[in-house]
Parts: sequence; structure tokens; C-alpha cells
Amino acid sequence: MSDTKPTKQEMGRRGFMRLLGELSATAAVCSGAAAVALQNTPAAARTEAEFPAKGPVPGYDWTKHRWAFGVDTTRCIGCLRCVEACKVENNVPFNPNDYRTWVERYVYLEGEDKPRVDSQDDPVNIAAADIPTNYRFANRYKGDKVEKSFFVAKLCNHCENPPCVQVCPVGATYKTPDGVVLIDKNYCIGCRYCVQACPYGARYFNEETNTADKCTWCYHRITKGLKPACVEVCPVQGRIFGDLNDPGSEINEFIRTHRVRVLKPWTGNGPHVFYNEIDSEVS
Amino acid sequence: MGTLVHIASYVASPYSGYVYPNETVLPWGVLIVIYPYITGLVAGAFIVSSLYHTFRLENFKPVARLALISAFAFLCFAPMTLLSHLGHPERALEAIWTAHWTSAFAAFGYVAGFYAVLLMLEIWFAFRADIVAMAQSAAGWRRRLYRVLTLGSYDVSERALRYDHKWATALAALGIPAAAGLHGYVGFVFGSLKSREWWSSDLMPIIFLLSAVVSGVAALVVIYVVSSMVRKTKLDQKCMRGLAWVMWGFLIVTVVVEGLEYVEMFYRRLEGIDVIEQLITGPIWAGLTIQALCSVIPLVILSGLLAWRTQGRTLTFWMSFSAVLMMVAVLAMRWNVVIGGQELSKTARGFLTFYPPLWGREGVVWALSLFASSFVWLWFLVRLLPPWERAETAEANPETSGVVDGVPAWESARVSEEGA
Repeated sequence: MSDTKPTKQEMGRRGFMRLLGELSATAAVCSGAAAVALQNTPAAARTEAEFPAKGPVPGYDWTKHRWAFGVDTTRCIGCLRCVEACKVENNVPFNPNDYRTWVERYVYLEGEDKPRVDSQDDPVNIAAADIPTNYRFANRYKGDKVEKSFFVAKLCNHCENPPCVQVCPVGATYKTPDGVVLIDKNYCIGCRYCVQACPYGARYFNEETNTADKCTWCYHRITKGLKPACVEVCPVQGRIFGDLNDPGSEINEFIRTHRVRVLKPWTGNGPHVFYNEIDSEVS
Repeated sequence: MGTLVHIASYVASPYSGYVYPNETVLPWGVLIVIYPYITGLVAGAFIVSSLYHTFRLENFKPVARLALISAFAFLCFAPMTLLSHLGHPERALEAIWTAHWTSAFAAFGYVAGFYAVLLMLEIWFAFRADIVAMAQSAAGWRRRLYRVLTLGSYDVSERALRYDHKWATALAALGIPAAAGLHGYVGFVFGSLKSREWWSSDLMPIIFLLSAVVSGVAALVVIYVVSSMVRKTKLDQKCMRGLAWVMWGFLIVTVVVEGLEYVEMFYRRLEGIDVIEQLITGPIWAGLTIQALCSVIPLVILSGLLAWRTQGRTLTFWMSFSAVLMMVAVLAMRWNVVIGGQELSKTARGFLTFYPPLWGREGVVWALSLFASSFVWLWFLVRLLPPWERAETAEANPETSGVVDGVPAWESARVSEEGA
């Protein structure tokens, strides 16, 4: 080692480098600590703490409700009024790539062990509509021997542990205290990670707003005491909506009086849309 | 007729079977294929530079600084691909200021930012003697630029250079876990999603990391060979053989780990394996074939080159050929993962076929332009900070070589250090 004293210049540079080193080390420690602290706080708890106590809607206390949805597949007739109502009510782009809700048709033909599945979005069904926005299921199995068939309405499951919320890099999508998963359009950066993360295909990228979009259970309606548009228009009460906190609600009655299941339970997402009378082919 | 136009204009990706209605437009396109690819090049190039700067493997000295500059050039363009993809790029920084910590994407700004700072610091230490020399010898605006780059430090005494070297070594060592973290994280972005059968895998971060190194080393070989051709200089044979060993080593581990992933998947035969089989033999068979051939052929060539101790032009030609194939293999792998994963519907009942648009923000032309720009940026950086060995540069232009008392600054630092 040289025993000459460091020059003033060298001291300056050394000092500068030491400062840089210290600053980056401090920054790393601080950000690490902050990351650990934030990781230890559940996302839901954090969001709840950040929100106004009773929610942003005047006259509506979101801590008093716990919404849930039911689909009675024994009632659904596949009329698709729900799909149309949803598009109109929520300004969903009228193209066949964006839906907040849709209906699937499961048909088991004689001699086949797997169902044939289609939705109103199938080109054959789109072609069957007189105008594209008039959704309908084409009578494509005419002449076939159908052994079993049923319709299944699909929508956002407003999960207990939503993977879409987990992956959002900016927290633009969040779960409200009343159990609804919402998207802040003014905050979403449009990375589409949430669209990928949803195992139910409930999200789409809205080309008009350049943000992610999905079903909100018509939050603007339910906070005013109304039902979601799809529930409202269903002519056969195939869609049930209500408050789990209210023992007398329709959804509680539906869950109590039917054997229900949720979709893709293995994901651990904890969906809040309950289905009755569907077989394991529905996912 | 109206209906037909309606279908033609909106059904972006044709499909077979049943797919969820919202899946007909693939959320991630070519840009998200290029993104992990460019990020991977960073990791690979950096590893080579660390082999010299940290592990003192002298063979890699001729490319160590070129590797650093290359890693930095690619790192500058990796975020550009993500930024171009965003629906609201003007909100991109929200992912840093108001990061949502449970998101893998939120980590990107921090991991890449940390890595960029680390790379800049390491480059500064590795080039400081040259910057000082150029600040003293250049004229006009270049002189001013280099004076700024010195950050006010003009000391090129033995002691100071030894100090630089120490820092470069430490930063290179710190850079290895950072590089592994950066690319392991990219693999995590895909592997951690339970929604997609083809992505959800514990091995994904490891496979991404290994293939990243493969592509990065291969890219460096191509850059080294091309730059030597342009500069009409000889390639360092020891360095080339060293690089051949690195390519071969990482390639063989990558091929084995990827092979294990497939073997395990098919042996377990969990629910959904039938659609995976259909995906492999259907939508992505061409991509997988390219990936497999471009992995196995270089493996055979490199094994031959190493076994027969090939030297000279034959080594250069076959190594360059292998390197290009390996770069193609890894690009194909990125495509097969990113696009392939989305071509298999979340319903596990249908498949989509992705046709990338040519023009537009998500188009092939723009994605390739971004990729090509990283090489233009690299060319500029190399002009700014020539990474070639000083002895070589000294012969070419003694005035700008950072030569102190007849001994290149870098050499004198090393000599004195070894003496100490």
C-alpha cells in the first residue's frame, strides 16, 4: 500500500463515492424496510384504511354490506337480455371482444362425452342475429339428439382474494369493503396484467379508455339500492343479487336453499358468484 | 353483410373450440415478447463482464468492458418496450411513485432502476482513466462532455486507479445477484400467474434466467465479432474460446432444465395435459421446432469446437453461426411462452391464433425498431466510451488512450495492485 497522503482531489472523489455508496445503501435499506412493512399489511386492509370510512357515495355506508351474486342455471333460458342490458347500462363497447357479462351454452349430444360449448360471441351466433347488437343463440343443434343442455351466465366473480388486484402495479384496481372489485379509470396505466391474471376471462382492455375494464355489479346502481342491470332485466330470475349481511336477502336464501358451487375453486381466489346445478365441465 | 363486416373488423385472433369472449384479443403482443428478450440480453452480457471484473478470468478481459456497455445499452431500451405497450404511458411513473407492492410489475421500476445505477457506476469506474485522458486530449464539445463525465475527478494515480478497480470489482459482484434478480423477476411475471396453464410453473424464473444468459452471451459474441470486423482488428482467441465455454455451459444447462420441465409435465399428466399437448402440436409447433433446432445445433457445433480445440477463422465462423442461432432460439422461446401462453384459452377448451399486426404501436415494425435502436444506442455509447483494450487503442491513437508514463492506465493499475 502506498503511504502517501491522499490528494485533495482524491479525497473529494472518495468522499463523493462514499456519499453515493451511503446514499444508495440507505435508499436500499429504506425501500427494503418499506417493502417489508407494506408486504405485511394485507392489500385489503390497506385499501380500507386509505378510503373514507363510509365510502365515497353519499348516503351509502360500504362497511354495512357484503354483496354476492347467484346464478340459477335451472332458470336461464339463454335470451341474452342481460348481456345487452349490461352493454347499454355500462357503456361497454359494442364489439364482440368486450363483455362484462356473457352467457355460455353447454350441449351434450348423444354419443359424445364432452359438451359442446359456445357463447353469444360465437361467429355462428353473431351471424344469426339480425343486427349485431341483438344477441341470440343460433339454433345450431337442430336435428341432433341433445341429451343434456343448459345455459351458464358468466361475470366477474368479485373474488375474496382477487388475483387482478394482486398484480396491478399501481393499485388502480381494488376491493371495496362491501366486497366489490373496482377499477379506477383515472389511475389505470393500461398494462393488462390484470386481464392476464383473471382466470375467468372477466376482464378486457377497453380500447376507448385505454384501460382495463370489467363488471362492477353495477356499483352505481347497487349503492342507490337498485339491482345490477342484468339482474333487473332477467325475465326468469336466473340472476340473484343481494347482501350476505342481510339474513333475509335473496342471495342468502338462494345459497341456503340450493347446492351451490363456485368456479375454479382450486385458484384460492374465493369467488363470490355462486352457481347451482352445473357440472364439472363448467369452469 | 353488415354482420360479416362486424365480425371481420373485430375478431382479432381467429380461434377454434371455445374461448372466453374477452379473450379474442390477445392482451400482450410482440412488444411483450421483445421486452423479456432485451432484458435477457442485459443479464447475459453482464455475466460475461463479471467473469473478468469479479472472478478475474483474464480470458474475458478483451470483452469485459464491451459487455458492460452492451448491458447498459440494452437496459436503456427494455423499459421502452413496456412503455410503448401501456394504454396510458403518461401514467407509467405511478408504478414507481405509488407502487402496489404485491405486483411483480411494480418491482420492475425499482429492480431496473437499481440495476441501471449500478451499471452506470461500474461503467464510470471501469472507464474513468479513459474519460480523464479524453477530457484532457479531446477538443471542443467533446472535451466539455468528457469533463462533465469525469465528475470532477482527474486523479489517475496508481492509488486512485486501484481504488477504481476495487469499486468496479465490488459493483460487478453486486451486479450478479442484481442481474439474476432482474431476469428471475421477468420469469416470475409469467410463472406466478395461476390463470394460464402454459405459464404457471415454478421453473419459469430459472428457465428465463438461464436462457437470458444464453442469449446475452450469444449477443455479445456477435457484437464482438462484428465490431472486430468493422475495426479490422484481430479477435482474441483465448477470449473467443472462453466465450465458447460460457455459451456451451449455459446452453447445456438451459436445454437440460427445459427438458426436465417437459418430462415432469408429461410424466405427472395433471388435468389439462391434453390441451398442453394440443398446444405443442398445434399453434406453437413451429416456434417450438425453431427453439429446439436452434438450441441443439449450436450445442453440437460448440461441443465439436471445444472438443477439437478449434482456433482461428473456423472458430470465429462457427461460433458466430452458433451465437446467431442461440439468439434466435431464445427469441423463439420468448415467443412460445408469451404468445403461446395466450394462444391456449383460459377455458382449456380452445385455441387462438395470433397474427401480429405489422404497423401501429403493437406492430412488428415498431417492436423491431425498438430492438434495432438498442444497437444504434450501443454504437453511440461505444463511440463515446471506446471499450477496446488500451494497448490496442494506444497503437491506433496514442493521444486519446489514457496512457500514463508509457504504460496504459488500466495495466499500470493492475500491475501495481498485483505488486501490493
